[in-house]
Formats: sequence, C-alpha cells, structure tokens
Amino acid sequence: MVFTPVLSDNWDRPDAFTLEGYGDYTALRKALTMDPDALIQLVKDSGLRGRGGAGFPTGTKWGFIPQGPEGQGAKPHYLVVNADESEPGTCKDVPLMMANPHVLVEGVIIASYAIRANHAFIYVRGEVAHVVRRLQEAVQQAYAAGHLGKGIQGTGYDLEVVVHAGAGAYICGEETALLDSLEGYRGQPRLRPPFPATHGLYACPTVVNNVESIASVPSIVLGGADWFSSMGTEKSKGYTLYSLSGHVKRPGQYEAPLGITLRQLLDLSGGVREGHQLKFWTPGGSSTPLLTAEHLDVPLDYEAVGAAGSMLGTKALQVFDETTCVVRAVLRWTEFYAHESCGKCTPCREGTYWMVQILQRLEAGQADAGDIDTLLDTCDNIFGRSFCALGDGATSPIVSGVQHFRDEFVQHMRGGCPFDPTASTLFAGVPA
Amino acid sequence: MASEQGTVDLGLPASTTVPAGVPPLTEQSRAEAREIMARYPRSRSALLPMLHLVQSVQGYVSPQGIALCAEELGLTKAEVGAVATFYSMYRRTPAGTYHVGVCTNTLCAVLGGDAIFDALKDHLGIGHNQTTEDGTVSLEHIECNAACDFAPVVMVNWEFYDDQTPGTARELVDSLRAGAPLPPTRGPKSLPTFTQTARVLAGFNDGRGAEGVTAGPASLVGLELARSRGDQAPPYPAASDDTPANDGQEG
Repeated sequence: MVFTPVLSDNWDRPDAFTLEGYGDYTALRKALTMDPDALIQLVKDSGLRGRGGAGFPTGTKWGFIPQGPEGQGAKPHYLVVNADESEPGTCKDVPLMMANPHVLVEGVIIASYAIRANHAFIYVRGEVAHVVRRLQEAVQQAYAAGHLGKGIQGTGYDLEVVVHAGAGAYICGEETALLDSLEGYRGQPRLRPPFPATHGLYACPTVVNNVESIASVPSIVLGGADWFSSMGTEKSKGYTLYSLSGHVKRPGQYEAPLGITLRQLLDLSGGVREGHQLKFWTPGGSSTPLLTAEHLDVPLDYEAVGAAGSMLGTKALQVFDETTCVVRAVLRWTEFYAHESCGKCTPCREGTYWMVQILQRLEAGQADAGDIDTLLDTCDNIFGRSFCALGDGATSPIVSGVQHFRDEFVQHMRGGCPFDPTASTLFAGVPA
Repeated sequence: MASEQGTVDLGLPASTTVPAGVPPLTEQSRAEAREIMARYPRSRSALLPMLHLVQSVQGYVSPQGIALCAEELGLTKAEVGAVATFYSMYRRTPAGTYHVGVCTNTLCAVLGGDAIFDALKDHLGIGHNQTTEDGTVSLEHIECNAACDFAPVVMVNWEFYDDQTPGTARELVDSLRAGAPLPPTRGPKSLPTFTQTARVLAGFNDGRGAEGVTAGPASLVGLELARSRGDQAPPYPAASDDTPANDGQEG
C-alpha cells in the first residue's frame, strides 16, 4: 500500500466534520478504561514523533510532565495544541481541522487524560475563520455528547477545552512564543530551560503538541503501538500527511507512511506541470534547506532527509520548476522572516533585515562581488545565535540556495534577474 | 465613556472618544469582554480575543478599545497597546467592510500572487494597507495562509478564495464593491463582513460552521488516488472486545 489514509479517510464524506460523520469517540471510551501512564507508554511504544516539524517523540514529551502531589507535579497541568500552522508551504493542519475536527478533539481529550490535565487549549491561527468555526462547533458537539465537561462519559474525569484564535504572527508557532501569546502577551520565545514540560503555561507543567500529532493519537489507541509502527521506517514510524504544492499537476494532501519519496509521489500524482522540469523543492517548509532533482529518491523520513542535508519539517513539499528564479524565491522568503522576526534576539532581528537589503540588490542587479559572501557570513552569525529556530530557519533558503545555485546568484550580479516572472505563473499564456 | 483612572498615559492617542462613523463600544461590549475573560484560568489570556471583540464592533483596535481592555484586565493602556501592535491582524485604522489579503509569500507569488496583487492595486487604485474611499474594500498582501495546494490564494475577511487569477480576483473585488460578494470557495455560503468574522475570532460561534464544503478539491486528491488504487491503511487488529475502528467505509 503506497497510501494509507487514516486522518483523511473520511474527508470525502459531506458530514465528516459532524459528530455523526465522525463517530462515537470509541478511542476515548477505550482510553478512559486505561491507566494514564499506560497511555503514555502506548504512545511512546508507537514511535509517534511530533508532526509540527521537530520530530520529537510525542510519548516522551508526555512523560516529562511531573506527576504526583509534590512540587511542579502538584500544579495544574495543561495541554496546548499548536494549530498556528504558518510555516510557508505548510497546509496540512488547516484542511485536517476543516474536514475532520473531531479527530483532533478526541485526541485532545485522550492526551489531556494521559498527562492529567483538566484544561486544554487549541491555539489556532486567526486567519482561517472557517476552521475556527468548525473547531468551535466540534467542541460544542463534544460537550453536548458528554465527551467534554464534568464527568466525561460517566467517569470522574473532567476537561474544559477552549478554542483560542491567534491574531497573525508566524512566531507564535514556536511553542514558547505560543505560550506567551496565550497568556496575553506579545508572542516572543522564552529562554529554555526551564522547558514547558515543567514551566509552560502560567509556569505550570504543559505539553505543546502539533495538530497532526494529537490527531494521530485516537488511531494509536484503537490500533495499538504495533499497528502504528507497522507503517513507516525504522525510526520514523506511522503514517503522515504530505502536502504537495507548486508547479505540479495535482497539488494536494497525500497521506502515506513515512519514508515515501518525492519521486514516488510525483510519479503517482502526475508529476511536474506539463512541459517543465523540477528545479528545486523544500521537503518541509521554507525553513528546511532546499533540495534538487538529485534528491528525488531520498526517503521522506526524519533520518534520510537529515542525512541529505535538510530536514523533514512539516512535510510541505513545495515544488518549483525551471521558470522560477531562485534568487527571487529566496528573497521573498527572507522578507518573510524579516517581517516575522519578533525582534527579541539581535542576530535574527538585524540579520534578517540586512539579508533582505543584500538580496534586493542582487535581484536588481546592483550587488557587488563580495555580496554573496557577506550574505553567507550573515547567515553564520544568525545560525545558532537566537533563542528560537526562526533565525536558523531564515538562513536555510539562503545557504542551500547558494549551495545549489551559486552560478545563478553570480549571474544576477551582472545585469539583474534574467527570469520572466510571468513564465512561472499558473496562468502563463492564458489571457487574463 | 471609559474611565482614565488607574491607567498610565504614555503618549498613546489620549482621546477615547470615537471618530465619526465608528460605532462606540457599549456596556454590552464590556459584558462580552468579561464573558471572554471567564473562559480562562487567568484573565489576561483573554486579551487577544478581547481585541478581536473590539474589532468586531469598530473594525479596528481603537484607543477606546485599548482603554476598555486595560480597565477590565487591570493593565496599562501601554501594555495593551504593546500587545495589539505586535499582531498583524489588529488594525490601527478601520478595515473595509471587505478586507482583501493577497498571499505574496514565495509559492503563491511565483504561481501568480504578485501579478494578482498588482492587478488589484491597479484595479482598486489603492496600495498595501489602504482602503477605498467609500470604505468598502481594504487591501493588503499577506503571508502564507496554509492553502498552498490551492495557490494562488486570496483571502477576504479571512475566508478562502482558492486558485485565483488576476481576472477572477478583479471579478471578486468588483462583487465586493457592488455589495454582492461572491461566496468563498471553502467557507460559509455567503461572505461575512470583516466585523462579523472578528466576532467569530473573539470566540462567539456564529453557527455557520456546517456551511460550505467539507474539503476542497486539492484536499481530496490524495484520498481519491488512494481509493482508485485500492490503497488503505492496515486494518486495526481485531481485539477481543473492541470493534475495528475504521468506519467500514468502502475502500
């Protein structure tokens, strides 16, 4: 089986987003009969790793939450779902929450029960109003059905869930910035340690998990750890959503075991758009270094993409063909990082600003001989020198772009951009 | 209307009176702000939804709105202003009835977003972060809105208009100016106004979640391919006391 729809399996049902279309929360019923520690062990055994980009083992994260009547363990525990999907190219959580919000809500309840939280938050970016509605209604329906509130499904377990809309800030996808934002502050990352597991929301023990990670939990409860780990590769277990976009015939969501290759996905989905060839692609959003046609056979799991010099990230496969100017692409991403830098750390705040200046000069044909090296030197001074990964991510497109396409950068110094931007549009050759 | 007592004036717009044409915040707004605060273990967590609530009445975060949030949360106006100015969805001037955002992050830009944004600037005669004179349409270029498989994407009042061209985008804004908006491609049956959407973001469900498609066409291509190939996830092991979880839907 190349494709393994689990999360997306009901998306073609017109009522998938309703309780009737989703089902009776059978995974929750089973989970509530289990010991919370056994649930944490189950998720550890399944090999589920965080689907928000970093790939940290989900069960291990849950296991870090202090339990018991002493110290931090005695404070309230919180689950916070990171639904702030904003990494350029990433477009999996939004369709998941729009079509199948109940799988997330059910996962939230199971995860909260496992870590012994009585309050959970779904922090969803504000720019997707209809997703916010679908979540609000799913949560309301879950309350009405006795899956949320006091004494869930006749047990002694209580849980309140709040759908919290953000207000436009990429940085809030970073987990500690998200927590500051949820506390009502500017969304700026915190220095770690302490980690959210001990000092998260309101300085209490907190798990922050991506939407897709939490939505995978009900299937693990129902299928078991061996079922989940029967899919995927040795260290990257399970199924996942791959998001294909750009110059391809059939952009969209493809749910498959971890380890599928871009070549397989392109072969089965119709390939690059007619008459064009792949030039470069991202494996997991703009913060993951660019890859090229020589990487088509890299298994898309955490290890293999890492070994190829990039990162699996969010599995946002953005495909660009030969009509795309790599300098223009890299400039635009860099403008994005400069806009979204929260300003807390000097290397990121200042560095992204200056990199935009240099790339604009390059694209305009006004750069001088040393500019490419200055650009790389600036990246050196940002990478690893900021609180969070935004600064590191900002260097990825530049360093990998120059690595794979240095000649094209050099060419821009002599007379500016040689590309016709209309050729890369989807309506090239079509009268407007 | 809002008391200045207990807040520190740090040179933010001093007046809490409301400009002509902007509806004032009322006692009902204050009551709803308190309703939002009650959702959270600590009241300050309510600040972002409260600012959405202010926009749902006034179309932007007004000095009056900042004062109301500060009073209710026991913060200074400077503290509230510092938060409000951090987030790109909070406006310092009233949005149009229809707020148009064109994605010009790399992928959408390359696939046509730049051309669409240029076409709309030209067609509307306004630039980034400006509003047409009649107050109907405001325009901005936005960052990635998590719909890359539907690129190029235009958002109106944070509803999706997928797979746009300069031509379809011009038709879209014409429909907005004519007061008969084309419906979103993935969203409610008809387009809410900017302030109606802001109310949803403040956490007040408008009951329209069941409207519109479950999933857009691009969201379904992988599933359709799996179905046509007969691919499916392995079945759940038949446990002694559990029913298999897959809903038995035809594969």
